[in-house]
Amino acid sequence: MPDEIINELSVYISNQILKQPKKKLGKDEPLISSGIVDSFHLVDLAMYVEEHFRVRLDDAELNADTFDTLAQLAELIHERQP
Amino acid sequence: MRLIAAAKSDEELSYTRFIQGAAGYARALDLAGIKPGEVVILVLQHGSDLIFSFWGAILHGAIPSIMPFLTEKLSPERYQEDMASLLQITRPAALITYPEFYPVVMETLHAEDSVRAVLVTHDIQPWVDVDLIALSGFKRSPDDIVLLQHSSGTTGLQKGVALSHQAVLNQLESYSQAIHLAPDDVIVSWLPLYHDMGLIAGFIMPILWGIPLVIMSPFDWVRAPYRLMQAVSSYKGTLSWLPNFAYNFCSQKIRSRDLEGVDLSSWRGVINCSEPMRWESHQLFIDKFKPYGLRPEALKTCYAMAENVFAVSQGGFEETVTVDEIDQKSFITRRVALPSNKAGETIKLLSAGRPIAATHLKVLDEHHQPLADRQVGEIALHSNCMLSGYYKRDDLTQKAFHAGWFLTGDLGYTAGGEVYVVGRKKDLIIVGGKNVYPQDLEAIANQVPGVHPGRVVAFGVFNPEMGTEDVAMVAEVDTEDEEARERIEDEIRQRVTRGSAIALRHVMVVGPKWIIKTSSGKIARPANRDKYLEAVAKRQAADKGA
Repeated sequence: MPDEIINELSVYISNQILKQPKKKLGKDEPLISSGIVDSFHLVDLAMYVEEHFRVRLDDAELNADTFDTLAQLAELIHERQP
Repeated sequence: MRLIAAAKSDEELSYTRFIQGAAGYARALDLAGIKPGEVVILVLQHGSDLIFSFWGAILHGAIPSIMPFLTEKLSPERYQEDMASLLQITRPAALITYPEFYPVVMETLHAEDSVRAVLVTHDIQPWVDVDLIALSGFKRSPDDIVLLQHSSGTTGLQKGVALSHQAVLNQLESYSQAIHLAPDDVIVSWLPLYHDMGLIAGFIMPILWGIPLVIMSPFDWVRAPYRLMQAVSSYKGTLSWLPNFAYNFCSQKIRSRDLEGVDLSSWRGVINCSEPMRWESHQLFIDKFKPYGLRPEALKTCYAMAENVFAVSQGGFEETVTVDEIDQKSFITRRVALPSNKAGETIKLLSAGRPIAATHLKVLDEHHQPLADRQVGEIALHSNCMLSGYYKRDDLTQKAFHAGWFLTGDLGYTAGGEVYVVGRKKDLIIVGGKNVYPQDLEAIANQVPGVHPGRVVAFGVFNPEMGTEDVAMVAEVDTEDEEARERIEDEIRQRVTRGSAIALRHVMVVGPKWIIKTSSGKIARPANRDKYLEAVAKRQAADKGA
C-alpha cells in the first residue's frame, strides 16, 4: 500500500510542483530540507494529500521534522487513513 | 501588539512589556560595552526576541540590522559565508542570537573581526523600572543613522541601506498622510522584518504611531495563508501590505473551510507593493474574497524602496487605482506607453499612484535628461527621506546619485501625475517580493563540475500563475551525453537552492558558445533571457507538433 502512495505522490510532485514530468524522485530522497519542494509549495502538497488521500496535514506539520522523504510522507498518510 | 505563532495561542504584548523588554536589551548592550553609533546584527527568527532586541538597540543608540535567519533549505556553510560577508563590510560591534545558535555564530567569527560581544537571548531580562528618557538612544541627533537594511545573498548583504532618524520620521509623516492613517486603524502583517515593507509599514510605523499591530511570521504564513484572513477578521484589521505574489497565493491556496465565518469588511487598505503589480492578481483576489466581505476598492498600490525608507508613491486612497490600458506594440518597440485605441493588443497596467509628500520623481533617458509623460525611462528620486548612503560603501553611494537625484534602476513612466513602474534597468530578479542578485546564483552554479566557469547566466521569467518571477538559468557544458547533462542540471538546481534558498525552476544545459556576451566580455542577461525564451517557445512548438 505505501508503495502505491509513494508512486502517486512522486508523480504529483514531479508534474505539478517541479513541472519536470521526467524527473524520478527516490523514496528516501530529502524533499524539504533539500529545497526540492520549497515553502511556497508545501500548502499545495497538503491540499493534494487531503483531497487525494483524505488525510489532513496540519500547518505546523509542514516541515522536514515531520516528513522529509516520500517514504516518510507515505507512512504518515498510511497510518492516518481510515 | 499581538503576536501570532503557529501551534500557539495569540499573545498580547502591551506597550509597557514592550518597552521593558526592549530596555533589557539596551541595558545588556551597554553592559557589554557597545557604544551608541555602533552596529548590532540580529541573528534571530520572527518573534518577541527580535522585536525587543531591535528596539533595544535603538534605545541604546546603536544601529540594528536584521540578518535573515537560517532556513532549513539553505546550507549552514553557505549561511556562514553570507554572514562573513555581512561582517566584513558592516563591521558590527555586537551580534545577538539564540543560545542554540551561538556555536554557529562563534564558528563564523574570525580574530580580525570587529565583533566584541555576542549576546544570547536567554541571558537578557526585561528592565522593569527603566528611566526611558535617560537611555543613550534619546541623545542621538536627527542625522545619525538609526538602522541598516540589507537585501539577501552575498551582494545584498554587502550593501546596507543606512537610514537616519530624520529620514525615517519624514517618511512616516508623509506616508501616514498618504494612507489617511487614523487611531482606529489596525495593521495586520505577516511580512519579514528584514525587508522595508515589513520593517517600516508593518512594524516601525504602527509602533511609533501607537496603532494596534497584529504580527505573524512569514514562515508560518506561507504554510497557512488563511491565518492572515482569520487575523483580519478577528481583530478587525484595516490595513495590510502584500507583495504581488501573495494575491495569487492567497487566492489559490486557501480552503473554504478555513474561511468559514471570516469577515473581511474591515479591511480598507490591502496594499500591493515591492514587486511588479499585476491587474490580473488583483482580479483573482477580488473574485476569491468578495464573498467574505472584501471591498474591491480596498485594493491599493504602492511603489517603494528601502533607499527612500519605504514608499515613493501611493495609489488608491484619494481615488480608486487607475488602470492604464496601453498599446502593446508601441510599448515594446518604441518604449512609449500610449493609451490604447483598442485596435491592437493591449496591456493593462496598474498605477502606483502619486508621489507621497516631499518625494519628487522624474523619468530620465540614458543621458539623464528628463523625459516627457508616457515615455519609458529610468525613475530618479529626490526626497526628504533618502538614505544617508550605502553603509561603508561610498563607491556605491556615489554611483547611485546623479546631480543630487537618486537613480533607482527601475523603469517607468508618468501620466497624469501618477507613476507606472514597468521593469528594471538593473539585472535584479524579484521572487515573491525578495530581491535576488543573479551574479550570486551564477557564482554558485559556476562551481558545479562540468559547467564552463564564467559561462552561466541567471535571469527572471514571469510566471503568471504565481504572480511573480521564476528564476531561470542557462549553463554551458562540453558533454553531449544526455545522462551527463541531466546530472549536471540536477546538481545546479541542488547547489543553487542550498546556496541561496531560491528554488531554481528552469535550468537549461547547452553546448559551448550559446551564451551571449557583450563586446567587453560581460554576460548580457537580457539578451540571453530573450534567446532562452525563444528556445523554450520553439521546443514547445516542436512538442506540440510531435
